[in-house]
Amino acid sequence: MGSFGNKISKFIESFIFDGGYKEVIEGLGNTLKIAILGLCIGVILGTVIATIRVMPKYKVFPRILDKICGLYVGFFRGTPIVVQLLVGYFVILPLIGLGRISEENVCVVIFGLNSAAYVSEVMRGGLNSVDQGQLEAGRALGFSYASTMVRFVVPQAVKNILPSLGNEFISLIKETSVISFVGAMDLYVALTKIGQNNYEPMVPYLFMAICYIVMIFIITQLIRLLEKALSKSDRKGGAK
Amino acid sequence: MAENIGFTSSSVSQVPILSVYDLKKAFSSNEVLKGISTDIYKGEKVVVIGPSGSGKSTFLRCLNCLEDPTSGSIIFDGEDLADQRVNINKHRQKIGMVFQQFNLFNNKTVLQNIMIAPYTLNKKKVKKEGKSAKEFKEECRQNALALLRRIGLEDKANVYPSTLSGGQKQRVAIVRALAMSPKVMLFDEPTSALDPEMVGEVLNLIKEVADEGMTMVIVTHEMGFAREVATRVLFMDEGMIAEEGTPTEIFDNPQNPRTKQFLNAVL
Ligand SMILES: Nc1ncnc2c1ncn2[C@@H]1O[C@H](COP(=O)(O)OP(=O)(O)OP(=O)(O)O)[C@@H](O)[C@H]1O
Ligand SMILES: [Mg+2]
Repeated sequence: MGSFGNKISKFIESFIFDGGYKEVIEGLGNTLKIAILGLCIGVILGTVIATIRVMPKYKVFPRILDKICGLYVGFFRGTPIVVQLLVGYFVILPLIGLGRISEENVCVVIFGLNSAAYVSEVMRGGLNSVDQGQLEAGRALGFSYASTMVRFVVPQAVKNILPSLGNEFISLIKETSVISFVGAMDLYVALTKIGQNNYEPMVPYLFMAICYIVMIFIITQLIRLLEKALSKSDRKGGAK
Repeated sequence: MAENIGFTSSSVSQVPILSVYDLKKAFSSNEVLKGISTDIYKGEKVVVIGPSGSGKSTFLRCLNCLEDPTSGSIIFDGEDLADQRVNINKHRQKIGMVFQQFNLFNNKTVLQNIMIAPYTLNKKKVKKEGKSAKEFKEECRQNALALLRRIGLEDKANVYPSTLSGGQKQRVAIVRALAMSPKVMLFDEPTSALDPEMVGEVLNLIKEVADEGMTMVIVTHEMGFAREVATRVLFMDEGMIAEEGTPTEIFDNPQNPRTKQFLNAVL
């Protein structure tokens, strides 16, 4: 116990007094930023892809779009995220030569594109789970296809797939642990540094595990609350 | 034209609201509608009856292009709805539809269900007329509340549809369609999904709206109701209008053997 106490005090020393916390906070921030923005991109793009894929297909144009979406989803689900990150950062980015984009922002885009592929599959199930009558009622009143989807069908689909979206968010948080491959700061890099500074990796990595556990616990609770709030249309009474 | 004059009663004017000509609809190789022509005049209550699978729903759904007709024309407001180039969304605002399964928006409260279409779809137009969005929204809200009051469900304004009974849902669905001030209303078996004790309240509301002069096309299996409310009955069989006439002509003195057979089976 004495030696563990010693390790803890060493960790605290480099964490607080040597400023290690700054990088830990930066890493934590990156993880959350990439996961949150990635999920936002994923949900929006994923919903668009899913909508295209459930659209009636008796015309050529929707059929071609559907094929393209199919290829997109196949590519992003069929390759590891690390590969996508490396290709995005070291191949695509120099090729299109958009100038200097920060590692974190590249990560946001790649994680967003990756997440869109997964979300689109979940969302497709969600859209199909909404009664066809909802679409017909909207169209019969004079709403356009897009407007009916946005106002009536997608919200109900999102509600149905909220648990899956929560899981997607948690996967994203976990997967961000590879962003150091392109040189972005994350918990792993920050805490490894602290460990290397004083040759004591035990407490830093324990701390890293706790960070992830706490983050995921909080997110799980937030998703529960959201689900509760959204289920109000299933209950008596309810919001105005 | 001439053949319709016989069905024109005093309350029915000579202006056709919907003019259907040689309407055909096929699902892949299955021809469901085989050439239907009929004019629906202002104030008419056209009741469509016929055996299951004869194409009644398909006919009704072609009238607002929820099913795209394969060929033929549907003239409404001077335009052919079967023409892919017309702005169908604009015309659908003036063709109300009531579904067998109610189809209230589950993610909207009862009040929102009624006011969302009139508000959202007209707010641009109203803005041009110089009215503020807020003012117009309040107007739509008051109108929706008045409609709810009319069906005795004012206290349900802020609940979600899942908490209503079937009869209440269908009555809300009817006033939701009414809120758009349609020129014609289409009903597809509006009472078929209801428990028997709720059929009456829905039929009474439809009758009320009919008596106010609304033009209606109603598909129903409720023969008593058909006889009571119809100004004209269409008997459909195998994708065609096999016989049409006043309720008295069709129910008391059917000419076509298929009509006789059908009425014997259901009455
Ligand atoms: N979306 C569709 N795809 C393929 N076939 C269809 C479709 N909708 C209807 N049909 C077919 O068209 C025929 C007529 O159906 P429709 O629903 O119009 O009949 P109906 O007279 O309304 O019958 P019911 O009294 O049972 O409601 C049926 O054979 C049905 O299988
Ligand atoms: Mg039917």
